[in-house]
Amino acid sequence: MTQKKKSTVAFSPERRSILKLGALSCAAGAAGGSLLGLNHLFQPSEAQAFEVPALPEDPFIFTTCVNNCGNTCVLKAFVRNDKVIRVETDDSVEDDWENGVFQVRACPRGRSMRRHMYSPDRLKTPLKRIGKRGEGKFEPVSWDEALDIVAASLKHCVKDYGNASVYSHYASGVITGPMTRRENFWRLMNCLGGFSLGYSDYSSAQNQAGLRYLYGKAGYSGNAISDIAHTKLAVFFGANLSETRSSGGGLQYEILEAKKKGNTRIIIIDPRYTDTCVTVADEWIPIRPGTDAALASALAYVLITEEMIDREYLDTHCVGFDASTLPEDAPEHSSYSDYILGTGFDMVAKTPEWAAAISGVPAARIYKLAREIGQTKPCYIMQGWGIQRQAAGEMNVMAVAALANLTGNVGIRGGNNGDLDAYHQSKTPRLPVGNNGVKTRFPVFMWLKAVENGKNMTADQDGIIGGDRYPADIKFIWNYAGNTIINQHSEIAETERVLSDETKCEMIVVMDTHMTATAKWADIVLPSCMYPEQTDIVGPSYAMNTDWALLTEAVKPFFESRPVYDVCVDLARRLGVEKEFTEGRDREQWIDYLYQTGTRKTFPEMPATVAEARKAGVHFRAKSRDFPVPFADFRQDPATHPLKTPSGKVELYSAALRTLSQKRKVDSSVLGDVIPFVPQYVATWDGCEDMQTKEKYPLQLIGFHYKGRTHSHYANVDWLLEVLPQTMWINPVDAERRGIRHNDSVRVFNDRGEVRIRAKVTPRIIPGVVAMGQGAWYKPLSADSKVDVGGCINTLTKYRPTAIGKANPQHTNLVQVDRI
Amino acid sequence: MIACKDKHDLPVGVLWRKVLECASGDWAEEPDGSYTQNVLAYYVSVSCNHCENPVCVTVCPTGAMQVVENGIVAIDPDRCIACGNCQWNCPYSAPVLDRVKKHMTKCDMCRDFLAQGKLPACVAACPSRALDVAPRKEAVARLGRADVAPLPSEKLTEPNLCLIKHRDSLSVRKSAAVLANREEF
Repeated sequence: MTQKKKSTVAFSPERRSILKLGALSCAAGAAGGSLLGLNHLFQPSEAQAFEVPALPEDPFIFTTCVNNCGNTCVLKAFVRNDKVIRVETDDSVEDDWENGVFQVRACPRGRSMRRHMYSPDRLKTPLKRIGKRGEGKFEPVSWDEALDIVAASLKHCVKDYGNASVYSHYASGVITGPMTRRENFWRLMNCLGGFSLGYSDYSSAQNQAGLRYLYGKAGYSGNAISDIAHTKLAVFFGANLSETRSSGGGLQYEILEAKKKGNTRIIIIDPRYTDTCVTVADEWIPIRPGTDAALASALAYVLITEEMIDREYLDTHCVGFDASTLPEDAPEHSSYSDYILGTGFDMVAKTPEWAAAISGVPAARIYKLAREIGQTKPCYIMQGWGIQRQAAGEMNVMAVAALANLTGNVGIRGGNNGDLDAYHQSKTPRLPVGNNGVKTRFPVFMWLKAVENGKNMTADQDGIIGGDRYPADIKFIWNYAGNTIINQHSEIAETERVLSDETKCEMIVVMDTHMTATAKWADIVLPSCMYPEQTDIVGPSYAMNTDWALLTEAVKPFFESRPVYDVCVDLARRLGVEKEFTEGRDREQWIDYLYQTGTRKTFPEMPATVAEARKAGVHFRAKSRDFPVPFADFRQDPATHPLKTPSGKVELYSAALRTLSQKRKVDSSVLGDVIPFVPQYVATWDGCEDMQTKEKYPLQLIGFHYKGRTHSHYANVDWLLEVLPQTMWINPVDAERRGIRHNDSVRVFNDRGEVRIRAKVTPRIIPGVVAMGQGAWYKPLSADSKVDVGGCINTLTKYRPTAIGKANPQHTNLVQVDRI
Repeated sequence: MIACKDKHDLPVGVLWRKVLECASGDWAEEPDGSYTQNVLAYYVSVSCNHCENPVCVTVCPTGAMQVVENGIVAIDPDRCIACGNCQWNCPYSAPVLDRVKKHMTKCDMCRDFLAQGKLPACVAACPSRALDVAPRKEAVARLGRADVAPLPSEKLTEPNLCLIKHRDSLSVRKSAAVLANREEF
């Protein structure tokens, strides 16, 4: 083969040496005598090749990426002329997974940090809006002028509308680091009597709501992922860890090690063949979005009818499995098994054949899966947050968790309660915020309703807590480190409609690092420092199972950007509460205080001073991978360790949900706007069974969490976009029908709007479903056109909170797709 | 890919490491609306393979492309005239023209890091620990040279790339057309 190749090669080795000889003879001749002027190149080569390039000798600082991916990563940032010029990976320790000490390697997003820091849309100065709100027209102003305006507006809103009219918007751009997190503004407002803060989140609201009814515990409650080393079978409903928990110090690495250790068979049920399927799945079961409760119900049918259930556990630990454990006032035939077996309200047996038509999973596979689950003890059943971000997401959550109860896998090592895994990380200090005088709160997804009509939001109808009714409309929005207002919240056109009315929300302040879609809707824009430009104390984020701490150093802030603490001090001075806010400490003094009173309490072995801790870099502490088993006490003895449910047991029939259904109005014209009392499948608006809408918009659209970004963070980094472009996944069957080839530009549209995007034609997604990563930056084609060429899914989502949790159904969409 | 771009300051349009997405499979819809399929997918991360029989060295007219220490194949930027011959002949398309630097460039296995006892940037960066660098004789003896689809036959240039094969790649014919993300590089 090598011989064949030689004959087609332009220059053979022999030929080359001829050239060399020629060069020698040329060199002997006059300078400039060679035909091509390449004389100087053809020098006799030394025995050694050209030298190893010298390693640059810039100093480095330890810094971090602390955004909302569930992880915190460690970055070594090399500094020259006050700028970060290069980043290296954490190499402070040797990997030792079993003992919980392993390198906190950043994913591509964190790794692109310096490209992100100095990208063209980085904010340089404070800005004041000129022109209409949302036009994105600003003039630069001084910090003093900007903060004068902000302080005056705060004073006015607190005085004339009350503290509950000042809303600190849902934002997750900084998850760890007391001096860089959102608490800085919260502390400021609590010095003034309080402020409005929503509850729950956009990540897992339906999961939290559903599990509160089932288990009395709002999510984050499952066995740690390392527990799969103790079982032969793990079944994931979604849970795309390799892509959504990408840190090398987090779950994408842990699951590889755990699977290796346990030699565990992993089955993944997901509309896409995700990267987690690529890395750890032994089998992929494709499913239509929003139908996990149907599949789970059919699995339950087989488990029950083929007698693979843990009868004793169901009798002693659960309420409502069948009539024998129903509460007295429960309607007849309203138990969980009535629903499953066909003696319930709909008289339909939830057979695999019934579920196959709805979910797309063949009946034969459902029987087989149920038997695998039923016959493997223990079995680790888990769900991600994709199945819950649906219009009837609470039901999907509870239906999957119910399987763990049918099979008696709750509260045992190697089993799981059906929820996403709980996490066990060392805590990083938070800035103390004091007391918030505003006790009433709304679910975060309801913020836009609170702008439009907050005073008419009630506990019964809108999920208000801490009171019967919300006391104010939102008049002032403080948005720090978040892109929810326009980009991450549903139905962008609707948000634009409400916020365009300046008599409603009077002031929008956006403090961020880049000119995001949200920043374009601000009245005042304040440029924030990025993570490497502020010192802080960091540690593992909420989805990690390790113990470590890092005192970060900083480079010079970009242009006029400032740390949020310092900005809040300046506001505090204008509002007359500087002494109370600072307690006499500047930023560094707070870090010192929190280090001594917080970090060193957790890690007494760390150096005595902040300065020494900074020099020492990352401090790790070993931790076994066998974590406490959640609900183990309850499993051992439900009488002395009851759950926080009204009955103290797992509520497969929930009297509390029945009460809610009697109080809360639902819209019977909206398919799926219902409040059931047992976990069940609910067909919803814009779901796969919404035949009326499917006539115009036949494809389901979901928005997965893309490895190229963290939500909308890092969305504008050119290096990332080069290798991880924004595309829409579509199955070849659906693409061919529309004449769409791979990488064609397409339009994706429904009644809410239109997106233009490139098509990724791939077999890795179930037919009838398209998917585009959420978080791409909304970019309307022009001032007059709402057509979004940025690929933002919230151009197409609907602002319709779920019935039970008043939460965000951002994966429930129907669209049509055409070639452009 | 990003760690490499960051370390070597590569502009958009120059990639020394590429991650190939390989995917294939068919779908069949049953009368009841359910689906059967045989989808598979895996990734192959590949840069320059510092081949045992580097054709790029053979075809370089100026002697810029050289085998240096440890079997690393590197480009002398002072000799390269950017003729592109190396890129045309490389079965892996590893050499790339850098229009800013005005010469051909490619992975040099982070020679400067290796000389200091540090790992190449990509190896150190990979969050799943999927990449490693090892003495080639031992690695090749244990794992053989990389020969999964969509890579070309290892017999062409004897790449010093060894793969621990993905379960899905085992069922794919070596010549199969499974590359799914060509537009990304």
